[in-house]
Amino acid sequence: MAEYAIFLYANKDDITHDVNGSEREEHDRYSEEMQEAGSMIAAFALESYDTATSIRSEGITDGPFIEAKEVVLGLYVIEAPDLDAALAEAQRNPIIKQGGGVEVRPVEGFVVRPTSE
Amino acid sequence: MDEQTRRALVHAFRNEWASVFAATVRLTRDIDLAEEIVQDAFAEALTTWVRDGVPKNPGAWLTTTAKRRAIDSIRRTSNYRTRIQLLVESESLGDDVDAPRRTGDGLVHAVADDTMRLIFMCCHPSLSIEAKMALTLRLVCGMTTKDIARCFLVSEPTMAARLTRAKRKIAVARIPFRVPGALDLPGRVDAVLGVIYLLYTIGHTAPSGETLIREETVGEALRLARLLHALVPEEREVSGLLALLLVSDARRASRVGEDGRAKQISDQDRSTWNQEMVREARDLIDNNFRNNSTGRYTLQAAIAAQHTVAPTYEEVDWHEIVRLYDELIGLWSSPIVQLNRAVAVSKTSGPQVALAIVEGLESDGRLDRYQYLPAIKAYLLDQLGRDNEAEQARTRAFELASNEVERDYLASQLHSAQPR
Repeated sequence: MAEYAIFLYANKDDITHDVNGSEREEHDRYSEEMQEAGSMIAAFALESYDTATSIRSEGITDGPFIEAKEVVLGLYVIEAPDLDAALAEAQRNPIIKQGGGVEVRPVEGFVVRPTSE
Repeated sequence: MDEQTRRALVHAFRNEWASVFAATVRLTRDIDLAEEIVQDAFAEALTTWVRDGVPKNPGAWLTTTAKRRAIDSIRRTSNYRTRIQLLVESESLGDDVDAPRRTGDGLVHAVADDTMRLIFMCCHPSLSIEAKMALTLRLVCGMTTKDIARCFLVSEPTMAARLTRAKRKIAVARIPFRVPGALDLPGRVDAVLGVIYLLYTIGHTAPSGETLIREETVGEALRLARLLHALVPEEREVSGLLALLLVSDARRASRVGEDGRAKQISDQDRSTWNQEMVREARDLIDNNFRNNSTGRYTLQAAIAAQHTVAPTYEEVDWHEIVRLYDELIGLWSSPIVQLNRAVAVSKTSGPQVALAIVEGLESDGRLDRYQYLPAIKAYLLDQLGRDNEAEQARTRAFELASNEVERDYLASQLHSAQPR
């Protein structure tokens, strides 16, 4: 088994601040399916890209680190036996039908600690 | 070494490399190690066959030798191997090491399965097209890094780095050594066909460099198409691609004149076309048409084959060619196909009609860097007697041409047009 990160991307212009209810539901359902199948290790939904702050050696600037039309919306970390299996999971991500797309990258290693509270 | 042994070795390298390598990599699950072992097995063949004679079944001898070396190597380095990235096993990879997995016909299938796994791994969609082509030439065809570098006109270290990166991606991203499932298979077969076709195109009309035909790459592409056809004869587009490569390659000898210059199909000596290849291609095409299976490659092959039906250039059935192009465009509306169709249209409906098509494609912009657009435009303008515009188009084609032989041809046309 190996771990893969699945990054969700969408065009900046396509993202409304009021997240569309039915689109959100599709993501919730997809996430539940992966949890039930046992393939999901972690999932992160990020706040809107304009809440981001970037840091370089020159100092702090507003916005995402990379200036591009597309921005990252969130990511999953899943477990899969090989790339084809990971791609099959990623291919079902609703973001693809909603005008965005995903990037699948093998994970070299990671450490997590349960959140406080 | 006597001639017979030398020929047996060359033959074995050409025809057995893929299956020997595939069987070995299935055991080692480490591409670099498998490459080393298979090279050593061929080196061992060199000394053993010279001493004891050529074995009855050279392929089986090589596979057994490579497998034995693989097992030795795995035992010797088992501690180290646990730390490196190994290829992902296919679900059906048995624990057998020496014994064939099945008996009788099954053995043939087992070998075929491994070779298919190898091809699909090298042509996985997560690899760049450059990586797919380089990996296929290296691992499936056994071509040396040096020769692959020469074929792509890059330095050997650049090609070595490209291959290393691609192999690392296979290991790290766990691209499986497996034939894809039924659902993904058609798309993945298409990807393999695309790689073979591109390899052929690169060898056939080398994008730049001094020889028009890089025979080695053309030969490998043809061998790959044959191999794939033997493995999945029921895939109609595989036979379509094989037919296309056969019918194009049959004309190889006539494509370059004695002066080394490119020759138009209208000037080619049809008696030098390889009739055996033409016949084989036509059988494959007819069979696909009979089965109502006329995909992109089959149609392209049928178009090319029309030239081989006609005894002279004057007798070519251009109406049938235009009809086939129309069918092809229905499936695959590439601007290059539309440009080629325009040439056929000029024969059936005159240069004026064809020129309108070419000008439409010109304003489309997708073929801005494609040398054949201005070359064809010049050809049509010539027929219309619009000499100045023809010359401008030819100059443009010359600027875009990157292959020396093509450039020579265009330059000679430019030259012959000037005195007028």
